[in-house]
Amino acid sequence: MIIKIRRASDARPSEITDESVYLRRREFMGLAGGLALAAAGPLVGACGADLMSAGAEGEGQSPLTVKPRVVATDEKQNTFQEIISYNNFYEFGTGKGDPARYAGRLKTSPWKVKIDGHCAKPAEYLLEDLIKPFELEERIYRLRCVEAWSMVIPWVGIPLSSILKRAEPLAKATFVRFTTLLRPSEMPGQSDDVLEWPYREGLRMDEAMHPLTIMAVGLYGKTLLNQNGAPLRLVVPWKYGFKSIKSIVRIEFVDRMPDTSWAMQNPAWYGFYSNVNPNVNPVRWDQSRERRLPGLFQSHPTQMFNGYGDQVASMYANLDLKRYY
Amino acid sequence: MLRLIKVAVFVSCLIPAALLTRGLYIGDLGVNPAETLQLETGIWALRFLFASLAVTPLRRVFGWNRLVQYRRMLGLYAFFYATLHLFTYVILDRSFDLTGIFEDIAERPFITFGMLAFTLMIPLALTSTKGWIRRLGRKWQLLHRLVYASAIAASLHFIWKVKVVIGEPVYYAMILAVLLGVRIVVSLRKRTARALSPKPANP
Repeated sequence: MIIKIRRASDARPSEITDESVYLRRREFMGLAGGLALAAAGPLVGACGADLMSAGAEGEGQSPLTVKPRVVATDEKQNTFQEIISYNNFYEFGTGKGDPARYAGRLKTSPWKVKIDGHCAKPAEYLLEDLIKPFELEERIYRLRCVEAWSMVIPWVGIPLSSILKRAEPLAKATFVRFTTLLRPSEMPGQSDDVLEWPYREGLRMDEAMHPLTIMAVGLYGKTLLNQNGAPLRLVVPWKYGFKSIKSIVRIEFVDRMPDTSWAMQNPAWYGFYSNVNPNVNPVRWDQSRERRLPGLFQSHPTQMFNGYGDQVASMYANLDLKRYY
Repeated sequence: MLRLIKVAVFVSCLIPAALLTRGLYIGDLGVNPAETLQLETGIWALRFLFASLAVTPLRRVFGWNRLVQYRRMLGLYAFFYATLHLFTYVILDRSFDLTGIFEDIAERPFITFGMLAFTLMIPLALTSTKGWIRRLGRKWQLLHRLVYASAIAASLHFIWKVKVVIGEPVYYAMILAVLLGVRIVVSLRKRTARALSPKPANP
């Protein structure tokens, strides 16, 4: 296991960030007039407004104040450029380059998120209000796509559990359902009948409350670009990437396993759990190995639960993972 | 002059391979270069296969009989790109792991059909020389009808490979349907014509 939980003081971003991006980051910080840095108290104080102004291009991104390396790995991170130019986000087209090409037209401000279902305090939040109470954390996670490639990405986000607890879920809430924005005028891929729109995903309650599960609002210290799921996306590092639903507008507490987009589209290929598992290979892909991009060879052994097994395996102790893939 | 055109066509058909080699060398094949190589070699194999299948209909419809000189070249280029495509799988995906490859063939339909499409091309490539054409005589034509099966398998391979069946795999399947449909119509017409016309004096 290579996850290291460190304290904020242990490492500075300069030690882990791709150098060119780090240099640009300092430019942004400078431009912001130290505003973000100066907002001492609650670290996020200055970010709320900035969050909303995330543009489509790198220039429009806002720097975030982040507690570094809350979860980290020694593996080499993918560059910012790689992470923003190779995406699966079918709302913008099925090609890997389509999201970077077309996502710019999506307006992410203002952005509302509705939290409802079986909870004591359902509410609709403006994104900045949803995020404001919490400290942003850097989480450097491996991302394993079901297509047998992987990346290492320095997300910025908050534990999903923090958001969920605020809504005070009831005992009968056993699953959480997430829904992506439906807006064909700005998401051209939604005009194609490739999936049943809007995109939807789900987690079991214990998965949703797990400390590794985060809602990301940024990466590489800046707000997310649209192609990466701006302004708010899920990241569940021990599951295949498609579970980490993007551009979320609704979070709902439900009492039964919700339908999920890819499992609806092709149940033989995709299951509800979709835990990274090198021993289970439903139909389309051999999952025993992966290609760590931008590498040429699919020679990187895939780890059970994407290498997070020591923290998550106990949740599945009584589950037949071959059957419930 | 004709010879010069033939050389020009031969060289042009190498351009995709040359561009991919260059891209690989200078690191210009995107974030997932292996995927780019695999997609491009596969699609070019299919294009050349379809081009070779288009020769006969184009001769029939437009009377471009000279095209037949290029049919073998196009077919061999299809085989060339299909071989490169297979290499990307065997080397980049599978690192020569034969057990894994056989498991794939047995369990993953899109690989089963890809392998089938390639295997069916092997006898065609081997018997494409003048010597074999002479030796096999009428049987040569019969043997080379395997190209239809190969093209159908290749099309299915493409369709089964994608996560959602839209766009390119569908367009290619439609093109193949036209290429094969023309032949079916022609052969049906011939058959009816033969049935209607009086029996020729010399059978």
